[in-house]
Amino acid sequence: MNPIILGPLVVAGSAAFLALVIALVDRVVNNYGEVTIDINHGKKLFKVQGGSALLGTLASQGLFVPSACGGRGSCGACKVRVLSDVGPVLPTETPYLSPQELADNVRLSCQVKLKKDIAIELPEELFSVRKFKATVEKIRDLTYDIKETTFRLDDPKAIEFVCGQYVQIVVPPYGEIKESVQRAYSMSSRPGDTGHVELLVRLVPGGIATTWVHKMLKEGDSVELVGPFGEFRVHDTPSAMVCVAGGSGMAPFKSMFYDMRERDAFPDKEIWYFFGARTTRDMFYLDELRQLASEWPRFHFVPALSEPKPEEKWEGDVGLITDVLDRYIKDRVAKDKGLEGYLCGSPGMINACIAVMTKNEISASNIYYDKFA
Amino acid sequence: MTPLINPVTLFFASIFTSNILLSNFLGMCSFISISKDWKSSFGLGMAVTVVMTITTAISWVILFYVITPLGLEYLSFIVFIVVIAAVVQVLEMVIDRASPALYMSLGIFLPLITVNCAILGAILFMQIRSYGFIQSVAFGAGSGAGWWLAIMLLAAIRERTEKNPVPAGLKGPGITMITIGFMAMAFIGFSGMIAVQ
Repeated sequence: MNPIILGPLVVAGSAAFLALVIALVDRVVNNYGEVTIDINHGKKLFKVQGGSALLGTLASQGLFVPSACGGRGSCGACKVRVLSDVGPVLPTETPYLSPQELADNVRLSCQVKLKKDIAIELPEELFSVRKFKATVEKIRDLTYDIKETTFRLDDPKAIEFVCGQYVQIVVPPYGEIKESVQRAYSMSSRPGDTGHVELLVRLVPGGIATTWVHKMLKEGDSVELVGPFGEFRVHDTPSAMVCVAGGSGMAPFKSMFYDMRERDAFPDKEIWYFFGARTTRDMFYLDELRQLASEWPRFHFVPALSEPKPEEKWEGDVGLITDVLDRYIKDRVAKDKGLEGYLCGSPGMINACIAVMTKNEISASNIYYDKFA
Repeated sequence: MTPLINPVTLFFASIFTSNILLSNFLGMCSFISISKDWKSSFGLGMAVTVVMTITTAISWVILFYVITPLGLEYLSFIVFIVVIAAVVQVLEMVIDRASPALYMSLGIFLPLITVNCAILGAILFMQIRSYGFIQSVAFGAGSGAGWWLAIMLLAAIRERTEKNPVPAGLKGPGITMITIGFMAMAFIGFSGMIAVQ
């Protein structure tokens, strides 16, 4: 036979034979049959096909553990406490687990393979997490790099959440990005408007999700949202709220303020809202929030610019938001009922604000925040 | 055809007199990087031994029953590489299922072995020296065991010399290379005993 035909035939043949062997071994070896997942001591029981990772299997049963990377073991978000024996902690998990979590047998659910019956513990809130099919209703530019994106929920049609919680937006593969990822955004819509979810998305250069929202997403597009998640919320105490935000960190506060105003919730709470930006170019919702402050006596709005240009004719406070915060807590904020800190923004801003707040005797246990890197 | 060497002799010869690592310097990259730690070295050495034994056996069958009769020797490299990759894949799946403990200590090294040149080297020596089947298996197992012995020795030496006052410029890979050089010289001392060709 002609060697030009014979050569490829032999190589392809041996490769095909070996692939067949691998496939057969996979069929036999990786067939784990049906396994049972026991959640929170029998509260929920799932009978599922074994062999896949816990995270994906739970999602296929409608239970969504938060995960930003989509199960590749690179975000460390999908932690789950495992009560039964699933073998030793893998090297892929150890960087994300603290000594306390290791002692409690907390594992990354994307790395735990279901091989036999398993018992796990999950926060009850996750039971109410759903995957929503939604349509982009409106995209509006708030600044040159922040878009207000409103989604109409199609299936299920309504979401129940607490102000301050976040949803994950499922970013499908596009361009160079070959795998679907999920990114978390705080909801800026009011919980009263159950049919809609509004997110504020700031363009991060090179960011997978933010680039997608800014460059690809159009009104009328269909997307998937998973949520709600998160512990960030208004605490029911008489203490005054000292809220600090920068950029798209505005989102949870917008939701909280308008919701509290509408329901007159937590009537004893004074609210101080410090919003920092560099120039007026980065400032948004200014008129709306000033309007709210003028109509609502217990709400105080302090916008501040760190680098105002003379031609901008800025009349508000000037300086880094931490310095403005420091000045106000010392001189203006009434401290008789105690103070609570609420922060949303970049990790750098949050750390700087925590330092200012603890220096001004707000105890660290009364400072709440979601750190979005 | 070379004169038949007794497979048992060949097994021991490929451990000591013609150690694939210390006389042929194959598989050096993982040898240097993993030998920092005794336990990992043990796991990797065992994995190399198992994979080498199995791949030489399978490659021998394919070489002498498929490639050589069809006169396609020039394709042997491609076929051998595919064989190695497939064997490693199957082994990983089987170990994962059969023994999670073994998988933990050994399995994580298996992907590393796919590109370990000592494995391909052993197969090519087997082809060049025209070994018989039993000889090939003995040679594969011996070469693997020799690789295991060498990395265990080096790991032991490195653990004992870790705290020694090495000149700054030689710290890390530098002193390791010198150590390997001494080990190679020591192994050359065996080479007069049996000639493996």
